[in-house]
Amino acid sequence: MGNIGAKDVPVLLSPEGLRIDGRRLDELRPLRIEAGALHQADGSAYVEWGANKVMAAVYGPREVHPRHLQQNNKAVIQCRYNMAAFSVDERKRPGLDRRSQEISKVIAEAFESVVFAEEFPRTSIDVYIEVLQANAGTRCAGLVAGSVALADAGIPMVDLLPAVAVGKIGGAIALDLKKEEDNFGEADLPMALVPQSGRLVLLQMEGHMTEEELSQALDLGVKGCRDIYEKMKQALRERYAPTPVPGALA
Amino acid sequence: MSEEVAAEIRTTHLLDLAAAGKRLDGRGPDEYRKITVEPGFITTADGSALVRIGDTAVVAGIKLEPGKPFPDTPNAGVLTTNAELIPLSNPTFEPGPPQPWAIEVSRVVDRAIRAAETIDLTRLCVTPGEKSWVCYADVHVIDHSGNLIDAALLAALSALVHATVPAKRFEVAEADYPLEVQHYPIECTFVRLGDTIVIDPTFDEERAAQGRLTVATDETGRIVAMQKGLVGAFSPEDVKETVRRALRHGARLRALAQGGSL
Repeated sequence: MGNIGAKDVPVLLSPEGLRIDGRRLDELRPLRIEAGALHQADGSAYVEWGANKVMAAVYGPREVHPRHLQQNNKAVIQCRYNMAAFSVDERKRPGLDRRSQEISKVIAEAFESVVFAEEFPRTSIDVYIEVLQANAGTRCAGLVAGSVALADAGIPMVDLLPAVAVGKIGGAIALDLKKEEDNFGEADLPMALVPQSGRLVLLQMEGHMTEEELSQALDLGVKGCRDIYEKMKQALRERYAPTPVPGALA
Repeated sequence: MSEEVAAEIRTTHLLDLAAAGKRLDGRGPDEYRKITVEPGFITTADGSALVRIGDTAVVAGIKLEPGKPFPDTPNAGVLTTNAELIPLSNPTFEPGPPQPWAIEVSRVVDRAIRAAETIDLTRLCVTPGEKSWVCYADVHVIDHSGNLIDAALLAALSALVHATVPAKRFEVAEADYPLEVQHYPIECTFVRLGDTIVIDPTFDEERAAQGRLTVATDETGRIVAMQKGLVGAFSPEDVKETVRRALRHGARLRALAQGGSL
């Protein structure tokens, strides 16, 4: 994808089945999540995932801006996914391009699928996702950060929303693509899972896959999401249930 | 407010019907509305098609002009697809910059055309690095009665299939020649109504939907694009089942790119 006329297509998969960064096909990049990373926001989270650096902040429930979006029976969930101009190799023009607007929309819909919005009529819950450094999988990193930030803000939800992209590289289905794999791979399939129900609230795909490959990719992604889910819960535990001081009374 | 109440009542009714395996217009859950494709509808375009799915109507027009290849793809031409959702097509549309959902329709259609490699872009190149054809596929939605994505892609594909490269007009070659289409992507859109997943939603069904899923397949049986939209959720099994349905319907609808009705 996007590699028409490109000269150097790197070898994405070694004969031993290892990827360019030495990962196995079903292995995630290192993921670090910090809940409550900001001071002004009602909830926030910072995610470092491979070479991705993503910050999320949640404001609300608060007054709706613009006013005409207000709903009488529930909160509106607004999301703004934005990439910093310096987050990619070639400077990105600041502001929301069409890609960012689409991603903002599908992320907002994913969150609205799990937030108990009817508990806060006539309010807005705003999720701001800022990609500071991008290396493929930023919408998933944004979902993970946004979801932990929502929990940090105390917004009632069905569940957290772990997310990951599965792709196809060198003909093989692989978990959590990094930039080179995304650029020169054959398919990309980001998804977000509701662990409680086992259902997907975000799903996109671009590239080429057979029916069997797609089925395999869905299963691999769900498994990846479950691992990410544990790290999200751990991040919240670290913020709200600090490890007891050694020797202190239980 | 009264419109909200009416929509609420309609939604409840549609969900009740779906639970009984029925739909408001009498279709089954796996049935499309009548589809007609009329190629060559616009004579000022280099290729065009008018597509109707039930009460939904869209027009696609192709325009080709000489331009410059992108620096990172010196051997390829440029193809961009855009869908315009104009206020004449539905009372809920407002003039102004495109709404996020209109951008989504546009990008989901563009994604299918791009990922399926519908046009061999290297064949649009005239002089590497200097001159290539720029192909615009513009889709105008003129009557929005649901399922714009499927209609828009079918219109764009049919317009591409019937397009001519205006080489003579732009003095690039001696004679005009047909644009060559190498793959035929078809998108099938589904919405969840309760426990039922129905194909080809109407406008009211889309408003009542608890999640929408679009699957694009091509004539080789590959899945080339997907998009889940709206608030709602699908299990991996739901997704696999809709993929099977999309492959089956895609095979049926693909012939319509040539024109005709089903």
